[in-house]
Amino acid sequence: MTGRSLLDNRLLCGAIGIAGLFCVAELAGRTGLIDPIVFPLASTVVGRAVELAADGDFLADVVSTLGAWAAGLLLTVLIAVPVGFLLGTLPRVESALRPVLEFLRPIPSVALIPLALLLFSDRFDMKVAVIVYAAWWPVLINTMYGLRDVDPLAKETLRSFGFGPLAVLWRVSLPSTAPFIATGVRLAAAIALILAISAELLGGGSSGIGTFILESGSSTDALEYTVAATIWAGAIGVISNSLFTLAERRLFHWHLARTEGTR
Amino acid sequence: MLEISNLTHVYGGGPGAHHALGGIDLKVAQGELVCIVGPSGCGKSTLLRSIAGLLRPTGGTVTLGGKPVERTPDDLAVVFQDYSRSLFPWMSVGDNVALPLRRKGMDRPRRREAATEALEQVGLAGAAGKYPWQLSGGMQQRVSIARALAYRPALMLMDEPFGSVDAQTREDLEDLTLRVRSHHDMTILLITHDIDESVYVGDRVVVLSKAPATVAGDLRVDLPGPRDQITTRENPAFVHLRAEVGRLVRGMRNDPAVSS
Repeated sequence: MTGRSLLDNRLLCGAIGIAGLFCVAELAGRTGLIDPIVFPLASTVVGRAVELAADGDFLADVVSTLGAWAAGLLLTVLIAVPVGFLLGTLPRVESALRPVLEFLRPIPSVALIPLALLLFSDRFDMKVAVIVYAAWWPVLINTMYGLRDVDPLAKETLRSFGFGPLAVLWRVSLPSTAPFIATGVRLAAAIALILAISAELLGGGSSGIGTFILESGSSTDALEYTVAATIWAGAIGVISNSLFTLAERRLFHWHLARTEGTR
Repeated sequence: MLEISNLTHVYGGGPGAHHALGGIDLKVAQGELVCIVGPSGCGKSTLLRSIAGLLRPTGGTVTLGGKPVERTPDDLAVVFQDYSRSLFPWMSVGDNVALPLRRKGMDRPRRREAATEALEQVGLAGAAGKYPWQLSGGMQQRVSIARALAYRPALMLMDEPFGSVDAQTREDLEDLTLRVRSHHDMTILLITHDIDESVYVGDRVVVLSKAPATVAGDLRVDLPGPRDQITTRENPAFVHLRAEVGRLVRGMRNDPAVSS
């Protein structure tokens, strides 16, 4: 009974999973299944990761990546949300721009990094530009989708009290679309991190997690540091995603309560 | 106070056009509670939306307080059937009730005060801090009514307001409507498909014909007040009127029975 309720705890379950993976990886290295020279031992990697957490140079790289990530994400929201509202409320503009969007959307953002390198002399600007291009899609699409989901009766209710179209947009369409936008931003945050590091790997530059990985290639224990830095990149992704999920639950509990059908 | 003359509305055009209203003439006096009944799909909601200025009718005129309705009139409130969609889930009950009062230029404390008062009138004094979806269906519709009351409209339109609640709640809400109406000097137009309800609640029952709707009958309800769910409904006059309205709704008598 207690064992079951313990396993119901998602956090604990996840911790067990991670510990399990660690043990398997460590065992594979120790038993010689994987040669530790080809791939470092799990314990070595964790040791290096802890070491990095106290390494000023690496922390500066993390800050640099996060700076571009945050700036890119902010710019994404500032562009994608208004454009989403414009396209969502003006069907003619939407049909005019749809072919353009349909053409641009499938282009892998990473493929645009060389072009961005040519266009932007500043590495930071280049990173932000690439991030905005890749991250704006989920925000744009979710904003448009959410806007389509706004209840016409809710809009009509406000109209019946004599509110004009702008007031209806501000007081009904925006709050009603907000949970969809938030989901888009959460997805965009993950994409932005991927693109920030990809841009650093391809474009070089002076700082960033990607630059750190690129430059550690020359040292003797390069592989250990590379894997450790990668683990930190993953951890940052997990943390950002959890924070966004938490914020969504807090801010839009009304949306969850409704969609989950609780009264 | 409300005057509708030769109101027509056609949805779409060409051979597939739907003629919803076929020339409606109706006068409602200040303080009257008029129920509009008719077969489903007869254009009752089209009529209501035209009065509320939410829809521009194809022909005819609607005048409210002497002024023609072109946009949504200032002193009008609508209670819709679907309370769960008409109340805003991101706002507390109190904020939902207070929101329309922004249009009246009231400041925050006054809006809040008016909302509290309106919620008290519908028997939801303690619910201001809750969210609409935390309340039962009947309570949510009370919130909608409170929102309309707080706005202090000259005309309150109710579109099948009790169509989505159970029978017991429905009776409670009918009595609530009669009660608040006696407190406020308000004209009410209530649309329903329930014949019993129209006779029980109304001072007057206007029956619409099938689409394109015209006024098929206009009956004055002379029942002793205050009305009561049990005694009023067993009153022979009630039973007689109900039968009369029922016949008109089914189109069993074509001559408009104007008995006012």
